[in-house]
Amino acid sequence: MEINKKKEKDVLVISVSGRIDAVTAPDFEKNLSESIAAGEKNFLIKMNQLEYISSAGLRSILSIAKVLKTKEGKMVFSELHGPVKDVFKISGFGSIFTIYDTEEDALKQF
Amino acid sequence: MDDNVQNIVVLAHLSSLQKSVAFISSFTRRLGFDSRRLSEIELCVEEVLVNIFNYAYPGESGEVKISCRTGPEGTLTIEIMDSGIPFNILSSDDPDISLNIDERHIGGLGIYFVRQLMDRVEYRRENNKNILSLINNSAAVSRTVEK
Repeated sequence: MEINKKKEKDVLVISVSGRIDAVTAPDFEKNLSESIAAGEKNFLIKMNQLEYISSAGLRSILSIAKVLKTKEGKMVFSELHGPVKDVFKISGFGSIFTIYDTEEDALKQF
Repeated sequence: MDDNVQNIVVLAHLSSLQKSVAFISSFTRRLGFDSRRLSEIELCVEEVLVNIFNYAYPGESGEVKISCRTGPEGTLTIEIMDSGIPFNILSSDDPDISLNIDERHIGGLGIYFVRQLMDRVEYRRENNKNILSLINNSAAVSRTVEK
């Protein structure tokens, strides 16, 4: 798993590539927690290069989302595909989170 | 050695995950499943293993045996065996996937994936072992079934 971050106005755009499984999910969660601690509130998670996610990854996403909510922050997703899209669908995450087709569409919503 | 059966024994620890998934993939990828199905199988194996790694051997170390085999009609059976505390994943409740972020509980999803995605799941307790079988119809059959 690799994480790249860039700032678009007041939105932190996080590109995650590779795999978020039980081994890498804690690193993902820690990385995002550090951004929250640094004062970031608006997150766009770009998943166009994410090949795989398991329930451990969803657990990390949910726990970050819960923290963000208490800080009146927001987390949205873009460019889900393949197995990642399927996993979001069957877990119900596709309904509880907002998912956009492109980064541009997602950024417009903040 | 029979080409239709392969086994691996790993330490019941998260550090064994990568090796275990690689073992499964090397067996399943030659069976004609499409990439989506291969990914679903991989996901389910991870979910079962991580559950065992986390809960089967509280406070002690243990092993997990993973066995892959194909049946006469091309059925793929992945058997996952541990000697840890008795646990039948088929007896746990499904998570409520309609809840929002605040209400949604963390956990239970992995087992839900296994029950949703595999064609058949069987559990038995035998000689103080948990034996879980993930059974998948052959690639030829699954292609004709709309999930």
